[in-house]
Amino acid sequence: MYDLIQSNKRRSVLLVAGFVILLALVGAAFGLVIGNGPIATLIALLVGGAIAFASYWKADKIALAISRARPADPERYARLHNLVEGLCIASGLPKPGVYVVDDPAPNAFATGRNPRHASIAVTTGLLEMMNRVELEGVVAHELSHIRNYDILVSTLAVTMVGAVALLTDLAIRTMWWNGGRVRRSGDRPDRNNPLALVGFALLILAPIVAKAMQAAISRQRETLADVSACQMTRYPPGLISALEKLQADTTVTHAASTATAHLWIEQPMSGVGDEGRLGGPHRWFNTHPPLEERIALLREL
Amino acid sequence: MWFFIIVLIIVVALLAYLISAYNGLIRRRNQIENAWSQIDVQLKRRLDLIPNLVETVKGYAAHEKETLDAVIRARNAAVAAPDTPVAQARAENALTGTLRQLFALGEAYPDLKANQNFLALQEELSSTEGRVAYARQFYNDSVLGYNNKLQQFPTMYFAKMLKFERREYFEADEAARSTPTVEF
Repeated sequence: MYDLIQSNKRRSVLLVAGFVILLALVGAAFGLVIGNGPIATLIALLVGGAIAFASYWKADKIALAISRARPADPERYARLHNLVEGLCIASGLPKPGVYVVDDPAPNAFATGRNPRHASIAVTTGLLEMMNRVELEGVVAHELSHIRNYDILVSTLAVTMVGAVALLTDLAIRTMWWNGGRVRRSGDRPDRNNPLALVGFALLILAPIVAKAMQAAISRQRETLADVSACQMTRYPPGLISALEKLQADTTVTHAASTATAHLWIEQPMSGVGDEGRLGGPHRWFNTHPPLEERIALLREL
Repeated sequence: MWFFIIVLIIVVALLAYLISAYNGLIRRRNQIENAWSQIDVQLKRRLDLIPNLVETVKGYAAHEKETLDAVIRARNAAVAAPDTPVAQARAENALTGTLRQLFALGEAYPDLKANQNFLALQEELSSTEGRVAYARQFYNDSVLGYNNKLQQFPTMYFAKMLKFERREYFEADEAARSTPTVEF
């Protein structure tokens, strides 16, 4: 169990490093297309860095706001607060902010930048559907996201995907001005720029690769959080039965959007089948492993 | 000249390692102490909840004097228990046994069972019991981390010099084996 956590941490570091490389490649492609290499690469890295820095401070507030989460009343949601406090004692974490989302679909997510600035949110549907032990499993899963710094990694991943998308978009639009080499009256004599084709291909592929990498990070982290949740509660059947209930439930979480999809404990969108109907490449873009796989893994513990 | 620079680098690296290893041990040891006091905090919290609970039950089932007295006696015994883990655990176990009987009264008195205060106290007590268990778990996890660090190469050599000592786990066994004795 401890080894699994270690290897997962290493893999996440690699994936984040991969993002930085991808971002640099996009910058280089940008440079090839408009014919100005190193400077564009530098700009790409700077823009990416600036966005990452800004989201580091504000991402949790934004995630809570777009999910329409409200602070959980300690009187009314005493059971939830008690569970969170107990599990925080078990894991030695400070108590995070506890939020409730009015949504009949059972789901939950965690956000923040470090254990001292973290929040978890659960839907009212989850509170109704789960018994104490199951709810404890779900809360432990979310607290594991906080303890393993997944909340930070996924925030950074979203930001990187955003930065890659922004830059490729910018590069493609810039070509209308000059880089596309459309002959106009008053143009300087044509310079051949065959590398621009390579840059063009890179720009088209980059956002797709970025999405797939974000999904891969997220899938890793979900598995890790499931395992460390059981380490926290010392009771895998609780989380297993919670996941089984999520599997049986087909309600779409309306409070979630594609931007926050990777945050939730269960993939909130419909159409991305937990049945695994759409195999192969489609799986590369799922932010969560299929629930069957997660349940099967927990049964082995 | 080069020789001195190399020696200097080695000495600085060694010092940096020693400092970080020492601080790591201190941090882990403090975490153990913090975890231990957390157990006490939760146990005390549980004891503080009980008078309230007894009062609430009295309002509905005053003639269940035996059960109520048993709870109060068990609570006072737990307050007075000597400050050793085993003695404390034994007292706490006895208390848990009497509390179970108290909550069983809820089945016989529907009014009591429907009382908001009673329900809230029941929730508080059961989650506090969970917290005690979790605090012990965290204590043991902390001890595990500390002992691991202490016995690993090469920390083991200098930890011995600085008189860091192994810590004992909290064993639920001895406490759990002694069955709760309920006096009537």
